[in-house]
Amino acid sequence: MSARLEYVLRLADTSLVLGQRLGEWIGHAPALEEDLGLANLSLDLIGQARLLLTYAGEIEGRGRNEDDLAMSRDQSDYRNLALAEQPNGDFGHTIVRQVLIDAFQLELYEGLQRSTDARLAEIAHKALKETRYHFRYSAGWLIRLGDGTEESHRRVQGSLDSLWRFTRELFAEDDVDREMASAGVAPQLADLELRWSAHIDEVLKEATLQRPADVPYVWHGKRGQHTEHLGYLLAEMQFLHRAYPGASW
Amino acid sequence: MVSADVQEPIAEERPSSVAEVWRVLEGVRDPEIPVLNIVDLGIVRHVRWEADGRLHVGLSPTYSGCPATEVIQASVERALVRAGYPDSVVDTVLSPAWSSDWLTPEGRRKLRAFGIAPPAEAVSTVRRLFGAVTVACPRCGSRETERVSDFGSTPCKAHYRCTSCLEPFDYFKCI
Repeated sequence: MSARLEYVLRLADTSLVLGQRLGEWIGHAPALEEDLGLANLSLDLIGQARLLLTYAGEIEGRGRNEDDLAMSRDQSDYRNLALAEQPNGDFGHTIVRQVLIDAFQLELYEGLQRSTDARLAEIAHKALKETRYHFRYSAGWLIRLGDGTEESHRRVQGSLDSLWRFTRELFAEDDVDREMASAGVAPQLADLELRWSAHIDEVLKEATLQRPADVPYVWHGKRGQHTEHLGYLLAEMQFLHRAYPGASW
Repeated sequence: MVSADVQEPIAEERPSSVAEVWRVLEGVRDPEIPVLNIVDLGIVRHVRWEADGRLHVGLSPTYSGCPATEVIQASVERALVRAGYPDSVVDTVLSPAWSSDWLTPEGRRKLRAFGIAPPAEAVSTVRRLFGAVTVACPRCGSRETERVSDFGSTPCKAHYRCTSCLEPFDYFKCI
């Protein structure tokens, strides 16, 4: 698989898996406004994933379209960040996961707008506008929950502590990242990390939350090493397509 | 042979057919905000004859995942066939990305009359997105309004409430 295909799949799968996770909230969120908010985030993410998967299929050149790539690949072929596949937990837990990824995608798409890959640049331009709204939503909620009641503070701090171990993967550079960055396709992860960190510190400060210590272990969802949660997510998402191959409506 | 010649669009007809196609597109409505047609919405990016001898219509999605995008594309294809352009091609144009700034003045007027507040101001800086915007109530005109949520019934709308007349309303948000 070419580095470019790997890279585009990582972007696509992170958006798709996170979009599917957020979709699980539909009909279950604590208030109607949040049900709509999470559903809108999900819709944007799945829309971004569709654009990226279509492009991945074209790079691959084996005639696979967005549906083939989304619905017919197994867990070990998925290239999403492990953070994206973590279960929703309570609303605060979902918000913590969202802030961590929104701040990342915000800077990622900002950088990708200047990609030497024209297709990625135009997708990033579109996605960035949507991601600004996502970050405003998730950061706004994290501040309210962190600086809210004693219980809401305790719960989101607990979520932050448990999800933090997946954040190292966001900036753990490998050969694909290095090749894409040197070709001017992708922004440098070290730069992204600085900007991400500044966003996160700002939000955590206002939310009166403590930034957890980094852990040495790094997950590699982007190389296909996933937590046990992804398989269940895919089983639900892919069921219809696998039971009725080629189904459309 | 004669009939084949008739089907081929001839050069002199092209400028007038482009204007005609724009009128046809003004008849295609947004499925979720039916008071707007797709020209009002600012998503039609080009109408032109290309080197392949076919008429091309460029459309931009409003949001990456907006389900109306595919409905609109199918509606445009149907409208073009009905108008006598069976070989036309609908192109998706992602860049530059669609902006709510491209809503026409007529589109803004129609939205307000329909009870949806049009985008408050031009999307010129990122700073504006995070700053406070003043949105006037489409019912009573009061500027005493508050945002309930950035997200509403469709991707392009936010949910507001007027603190003067107390009515909730949709706001077509800036992007």
